[in-house]
Amino acid sequence: MINRVLFIIMLVAGLGAPFYAYPVFVMDLLCFALFACAFNLLLGYAGLLSFGHAAFFGGAAYITGYVTKEWGFGPIFGILAGTGFALILGTIFGFLAIRRQGIYFAMVTLALAQIIYFLALQMPFTGGENGLQGIPRGELFGFISLNNEIAMYYFVFAVFMIGFAIIHRTINSPFGEVLQAIRENESRALSLGYDVDHFKLLAFIISATLAGTAGATKAVIFQFAALTNAHWQTSGEVILMTLVGGLGTIFGPVLGAITVGALSHELSAFGSWVQVILGTVFVVCVMVFRRGIVGEIQHRLLKKKADK
Amino acid sequence: MSMQVILAQALLGLNVGVFYAMLSLGLAVIFGLLNIINFAHGAMYMLGAFIALIGYSLLEQWFGISLQIGFWASLLVAPLIVGILGVTIERFMLKRLYDLDHIYGLLLTFGITLILQGLFANYFNVSGTPYPGQPESLSGVVNLGFMYFPTYRLFAIIFSLVVCFATWYVIEHTKLGSRLRAGVENPDLTQAFGLNVPLMITLTFAFGAGLAGLAGVLAAPIYSVSPLMGADLIIVVFAVVVIGGMGSIMGAILSGLALGLIEGLTKVFYPPAASTVIFFLMVLVLLFRPAGLFGKEK
Amino acid sequence: MFKHWKSGLAGAVAAATLAMPLTAAAELTDGKVKIGVLSDMSGVYKALEGPGAVTAAKMAVEDFGGSVMGKPIEIISADHQNKPDIGASTAREWIDADEVDMITALDNSSVALSVQGLANDKKIITMNTGAGTTALTEEQCTPYGIHYVYDTHALPVGTATAMVKNGGESWFFITADYAFGHSLRDNTGAVVESLGGEVVGNVNAPLSTNDFSSYLLQAQSSGADVIGLANAGQDTVNAIKQANQFRIVQGGQKLAGMLVFITDVHSMGLDIAQGLQFTTAFVWNQNDETEAWSRRFYERHNAMPTMVHAGVYSAVTNYLEAVKATGSDDSDTVRAKLGEMTLNDMFVKGGKILPNGSMLHDMYLVEVKKPDEASEEWDLLRVVSKIPADQAYISLEDSKCPLVN
Repeated sequence: MINRVLFIIMLVAGLGAPFYAYPVFVMDLLCFALFACAFNLLLGYAGLLSFGHAAFFGGAAYITGYVTKEWGFGPIFGILAGTGFALILGTIFGFLAIRRQGIYFAMVTLALAQIIYFLALQMPFTGGENGLQGIPRGELFGFISLNNEIAMYYFVFAVFMIGFAIIHRTINSPFGEVLQAIRENESRALSLGYDVDHFKLLAFIISATLAGTAGATKAVIFQFAALTNAHWQTSGEVILMTLVGGLGTIFGPVLGAITVGALSHELSAFGSWVQVILGTVFVVCVMVFRRGIVGEIQHRLLKKKADK
Repeated sequence: MSMQVILAQALLGLNVGVFYAMLSLGLAVIFGLLNIINFAHGAMYMLGAFIALIGYSLLEQWFGISLQIGFWASLLVAPLIVGILGVTIERFMLKRLYDLDHIYGLLLTFGITLILQGLFANYFNVSGTPYPGQPESLSGVVNLGFMYFPTYRLFAIIFSLVVCFATWYVIEHTKLGSRLRAGVENPDLTQAFGLNVPLMITLTFAFGAGLAGLAGVLAAPIYSVSPLMGADLIIVVFAVVVIGGMGSIMGAILSGLALGLIEGLTKVFYPPAASTVIFFLMVLVLLFRPAGLFGKEK
Repeated sequence: MFKHWKSGLAGAVAAATLAMPLTAAAELTDGKVKIGVLSDMSGVYKALEGPGAVTAAKMAVEDFGGSVMGKPIEIISADHQNKPDIGASTAREWIDADEVDMITALDNSSVALSVQGLANDKKIITMNTGAGTTALTEEQCTPYGIHYVYDTHALPVGTATAMVKNGGESWFFITADYAFGHSLRDNTGAVVESLGGEVVGNVNAPLSTNDFSSYLLQAQSSGADVIGLANAGQDTVNAIKQANQFRIVQGGQKLAGMLVFITDVHSMGLDIAQGLQFTTAFVWNQNDETEAWSRRFYERHNAMPTMVHAGVYSAVTNYLEAVKATGSDDSDTVRAKLGEMTLNDMFVKGGKILPNGSMLHDMYLVEVKKPDEASEEWDLLRVVSKIPADQAYISLEDSKCPLVN
């Protein structure tokens, strides 16, 4: 019920957004929202903390930028190419990282992502510190120019909705239920005969792939692929978004991305104090607000129901 | 490639390696007792450097105290302050998370890292402020035959090595150390023998944090003091820890030193790989020895 | 992440002065002139441009009277953090949502190229005072981009020529690893080779490097006569200081700072920096006019101006003059006017802006004074020779800019 209400709110707000807010800003929020949803699939539903998701987000941006700029791919195929890259990279990372558990898993993903960061810094095609500039937005289906902000916006919104639908579908599938069973009690899932590592790997790959879609889309919006997207701080920020919104809730990451994004934007004039505030939010969330915004609302509603 | 160049770069690599060693040692000590990865370890290293800097040149300007804390005093004061901060974090925050998944400890310390970094970035240039307090007695140059090496850097290497091995000795070969290790192995039993395990945990955390602060003071005269100095380092140190494994104190020290050396030598033979070589080694270790070189499978 | 939204919206806005009466032809599209100062406010180039550029721009607005044709002039500023994506998205929001008419500072070549490209799409003038790369007026020139203070062609003409003539024939470069460093290294290498010298090696160091020791040792073992530092700001300061620690200069090699600012010399101190020769567009105590302005700047900023600070003042002033003369803030009109003007103020004498955006003006080869020669804290430089504008800058005939050739 609550999910249905939230879905309708999200749809209406999303469709109307470019008329009451700066479209490029909302597009950026949508990319991060998709990124956070993808991340949530892994941490919220499979219980795996990746500290290296920026590699997929930023890496895909470079690939998309390159194929649209140098090979003349259109925006859709460009984003698909970036997404495909994230899929391959996710497979490799996942294969290496699931050898370790818990905090080790987090450290390994962080270190692996750092390799991608340095590659992005040093490989000739990425432009290093200069970034990959002047990525064309191109035309949709050959005739809708994405240089029009409104057209660009609805394209991004469509990408977001598709990604969101895939994640929603995955979570509510039998696969998603096994994942949650593993998160709750790994040894029981193991004794039930599930190949636990296999499920984890698959979850990792899906999560990485969609994170890539988000990064690829961002590159098209800003016509830019840059190191910032691949930096570990971006990995940290997506964790924060998910945590604030609510781990393991469908809409939490979306709300979290909007909250954190809007907060950073509004406070940007205060320089590094933004970082201090985000850090404080992080600490507060971990200490006393582990359910996040959506999680807390759900919890209260359920409790009310139970009380009756 | 001449021998001279190799030796010179190896020595610079060792210079970096001692910092890896000190930081991974602190991480290992904390992890051993608390099962927590302290992401804020890099920020504590940074904090150590800033305490030295502020103590030397800004006390008067900021607080109106006409006092100057010199380099030698900083070696004591900074670890102490960072240690106290560590105690505060452990007692008031981490302690409440012990019953939860360990990733919450990592997330908490990540948040603390952002706060500390952001605070200093408001007042200091992110590309670094030089530390002016390097003692006169260490300001010269030593002729090593194959190169001129600044005396201070040599001092930093030796001093760090002494601290690392002293820590190892205390933990592995003294009564205090054996109690600590017992607390790790079996906290309940140790408690039953009348030892105050929570206190031991707190003090260990303080000690690990203090080590990071000490490393920060040592680094200040070499690298400029910057709000990001710890952030850049901590991720490499994570890789060092994954390579070495969390099994032993000596493992943490040796892998730190060795990886610094390897990184230095990579600069001679293939400079572009210098920043990634440690991470590639990590991948290899994960493939062939997932528990790390010195680690034990749990 | 969202730091690139660091726009004027929230509060970085500093309305320099408020409007006078509402008369005059309202040719200004949005009823005011808004100038954006996009600079490194927190990093390696903070001292040489950064907050000082905002001060200089505000001084220009005040000296201009605070309004143009009865309409207010506003200055907004933001930190690009040396990240081109952040620079570009800040500029995008400035142009789309804040109706900024001109963007200046841009002290990082990567940022400058991305912002100049974006501003061209949106038909907005950029007056670059901080970045070095010649690509801004050559391969990637735009009809709206102006390169105002110096470029990587002008820098080596004086410095490298002087070094080679004094016997520094073989060069090894330590290069800041991005657009600016590469451009400076290539242009310097060309000058060295044209005079019969040779480039024996190069190593790229990341922007904002703290420890140059291993790069310096590579340079040392190359045996080159000269170690060319193709970097700037704090990177140059760190490299020179550490070269001193490792006794590189005492070993017989010379250091050549290809881009040095007075703030760098001040932070190194004369003991280390004395004798260093470099090229600059401005020396604060060169004459009464520059000194009078510089002392006013010092009052507010607590440091003497770099050539870039003086350049921001001059660029903003001349932009406003052009707006006033044409009675319009239309970019095409103003740009055409700027191209016709001969620029004369405390910073530049007889300056000309070419169609490719390059601003031609004289440069100076200077030498850092010895400690006993300095009469006050900031009296650090002595002019060795003047480099005439036509030698310092690429002529229109030789330009690779597609707009002109």
